[in-house]
Amino acid sequence: MDTPQTHQFKVIGTRPVRHDGLDKVIGRAKYGADYSFPGMLYGKVLRSPYAHARIKSINAEKALRLPGVKAVVTHDDFAPQTTAPVYRMGGEAAVNPLYLASNILAKDKVLYAGQGVAAVAATSPHIAEEALGLIEVEYEPLPIVLDVLDAMKPGAPIINTTIRRKERPDEETNIAGEFQFKRGDIEAGFKSADIIVEREFRTEMVHQGYIEPPNALGIFSGDGHATVYTSTQGPFDVRIMSATLLGLPEGSVKVVPAEIGGGFGAKLTVHIEPVALLLSKHAGGRPVKMVMTRTEMMRGATGPTSGSVLRVRMGATRDGKIVAAKCWFAYEAGAFPGSPVWLGCFTGLSPYNIDNFLVDGYDVLVNKPKTSSYRAPGATNAAFAVECVVDELAQRCGMDPLDFRIKNASREGTPSVMGPKFPRIGCVEVCEALKRSAHYQTPLAQVPGKYRGRGVAIGFWINGGMQSSAIVNVHADGTASLVTGSVDIGGSRASTAMVVAEVLGLRAEDVRPAVADTDSIGYTDGTGGSRVAFATGLAAYQAANDVVRQLKERAAKIWEISPEDVDWIDGKAVSKRNGVAPLTLKDLAPRLTRTGGPVTGRANVYATGVGPSFAGCLVDLEIDPDTAKVQVLRCTVVQDVGKAIHPSYVEGQMQGGTVQGLGWALNEEYVYDEKGNLRNASFLDYRMPTCLDLPMIDPVMVEVANPGHPLGVRGVGEVSIVPPPAAVANAVSAAVGTRITDLPISPPRLYRILAARHG
Amino acid sequence: MAKKQLVETTINGEPVEFLCEPRQSLLESLRDILGLTGSKEGCLTGDCGACTVLVDDRPVCSCLMLGVEARGKKITTVEGLAEGTKLHPLQQKFLEDASLQCGICTPGFLMSAKSLLDRNPNPTEAEIRYALAGNLCRCTGYDKIVRAVMDAAKVIQAR
Ligand code: FES
Ligand code: FES
Repeated sequence: MDTPQTHQFKVIGTRPVRHDGLDKVIGRAKYGADYSFPGMLYGKVLRSPYAHARIKSINAEKALRLPGVKAVVTHDDFAPQTTAPVYRMGGEAAVNPLYLASNILAKDKVLYAGQGVAAVAATSPHIAEEALGLIEVEYEPLPIVLDVLDAMKPGAPIINTTIRRKERPDEETNIAGEFQFKRGDIEAGFKSADIIVEREFRTEMVHQGYIEPPNALGIFSGDGHATVYTSTQGPFDVRIMSATLLGLPEGSVKVVPAEIGGGFGAKLTVHIEPVALLLSKHAGGRPVKMVMTRTEMMRGATGPTSGSVLRVRMGATRDGKIVAAKCWFAYEAGAFPGSPVWLGCFTGLSPYNIDNFLVDGYDVLVNKPKTSSYRAPGATNAAFAVECVVDELAQRCGMDPLDFRIKNASREGTPSVMGPKFPRIGCVEVCEALKRSAHYQTPLAQVPGKYRGRGVAIGFWINGGMQSSAIVNVHADGTASLVTGSVDIGGSRASTAMVVAEVLGLRAEDVRPAVADTDSIGYTDGTGGSRVAFATGLAAYQAANDVVRQLKERAAKIWEISPEDVDWIDGKAVSKRNGVAPLTLKDLAPRLTRTGGPVTGRANVYATGVGPSFAGCLVDLEIDPDTAKVQVLRCTVVQDVGKAIHPSYVEGQMQGGTVQGLGWALNEEYVYDEKGNLRNASFLDYRMPTCLDLPMIDPVMVEVANPGHPLGVRGVGEVSIVPPPAAVANAVSAAVGTRITDLPISPPRLYRILAARHG
Repeated sequence: MAKKQLVETTINGEPVEFLCEPRQSLLESLRDILGLTGSKEGCLTGDCGACTVLVDDRPVCSCLMLGVEARGKKITTVEGLAEGTKLHPLQQKFLEDASLQCGICTPGFLMSAKSLLDRNPNPTEAEIRYALAGNLCRCTGYDKIVRAVMDAAKVIQAR
């Protein structure tokens, strides 16, 4: 049978130079901050010094008198907002516009240090900065709560007085959401267990750490139209959110997606786009450019993802079958509801087939920035806890950690935590590939005077489908262009163009891909959820096949036969009748004019058939007993990628996600003082991995075709971040002989553990 | 606001004159005054390396240097790395080895790596990692960047 795994592709699976690469290595590619317009102003945001306070007054008179200042705006300049949801992400994800607006510019109260309070537009960024210091804001400080468990206690300072739990309608609470998944009989399950492991874990807030600060350039036109240039993952999300906040019809806002310098989920929402538009509106329509500073983006809500408290209890029989699992997850939402805790609840146990489980999740408000998505949102926290407990269970059963996982692994037909059965998935294949890897086959050598350990973990991510649009134009010279609405954050222009090239029988470089603005392409959901290669790839595939359908008609015309008598085989129109030479696209393209005019293929898809992903991480590390610094010695990442279209960029996703996971494991955390001020709001103090901290990251791709995609493609962008924190914790636990339960495993933290254990 | 100053300097081999305020950084001068937006802003505090340029052949965070300090210096930015349309081996290998995902860090890495290879055309992996430790990349995990620098070194040695 011809499957995506056996088919001989000509383009898919090769490694061409990406189409947008040249501009990026010569400094010509335009990112959001690189745009400028004549008469442009510069915007800056005044941010709250308090973690919780009532705003008694805002006086901008002095600021407005500073020469060069053209406008000052506050929350009240937005169109009035309600809590009635606005739908984005193809009508699936609800956004509360009042919260959205208040998070950007505070209404009545500030809920975290760094929240926007007012914004200024001036003729230079320096004048705008000076003007911020002239805005007088009177605050009345309120009690704060920073710890997720404290925030859940009765009597905690309340962050949003309108929120109630379903069963307690009279009580104010910081618990903004509750989720539960269960199956079987949890009591009976634990009764049948021979070995039970129960632990509590803790993780801190971490930032996505994209290198490019959020930016926006807003132009408000006199005719009621508005244009935003911005580095966003979701141009159509920016459109609906900006239009809502400004009180404009959705279609009157045009979003022009610039090149984007990383996002990892955090740039799927608006940070300053509506403010740039609002300032432009108040400054007589002059273009307003805003670029956040690193400190304000760390303090403001431009990320981060939730810190969490995670309690996991799991039971297994002596022969290594997991029989019961109970999870209790509390995630920090930040100051507004919406942590990814439900995704943690859903994904944590998904690698395993467990008959009895109960998972409870809580979305908890604290006086910290509102959290945003971060690569496989919610999954890394949950997997950290579950995979550490699974590791301990395997150990107590006396089993190899991978054999233990394979024995309990989810397979095709296993019901997922949410209920529906898994389609064909690659959980077992990932574990087996890890076992087979040269890395796993080579024992870790110990050296005197150091602690060394090896750890392994696996992880799951659901991946996204949803809506995408694509247009393919055939040029007379026998090349083609591909237009999509998917912002390219790591090589997706190349991979979608390669799909088109494969179908049309062209070389990858003969298909020029472009990302269009929101007026120029059909609705397309954001670049997130590992959906672009899958869903936009599907749209590109269908649009290319729409071209094929038309080319077959043209060939039929030339051959004077019926289109039904024409096949498209290996990139050529072939007559089913004998005797004529096949026609390639290159042959047909110059003849389009005389056979009916230009050919454009189109597709709009709502992609179902999403293939979930599994990944595994194997890590060797060494601990210096004097400094407690952990050095990663060797790291292998295995991932089921479905079908790798451009293997280099698939590997890149695997390596990049792994290193983000290593950073999360070892160093990254938001550190707050007792007043709720972030103490490490810079890249110097928020310590992300540098290349000096790391070895090469060995990627192993496993290809288990996704039956829901014609080429077998699964999303590949996210799942690699999920296993590393648990793999590192398991390795450190093995090295020092104490179970590690808190992230990050930074030198100060690990030093205390070593000191307590070894004196 | 202090009066603007005239700065005479050399950028990418060409003599250049520009006016800037004393408080404007070299990065701001390059990007906002001269339209050379290839050098990127990631932090403005010297921590990410996205703004790296060569000043008299040494890598410098242009966000930490003032525009007026460029007087009489020789500045090389990513726009000056290729010779016309002929790419520098580093640029070529970054493309072939898929060493960029979002690409915002790329100009800085290219300039730091050029400075390394100019000094040491045959670096070890450890020397490369040391020389690039001031440049942050959040997308790639550095693997393919380090490999591209090794591969570019081979091209340069073979010349
Ligand atoms: S912008 Fe200069 S080092 Fe980050
Ligand atoms: S490629 Fe995105 S930061 Fe390096």
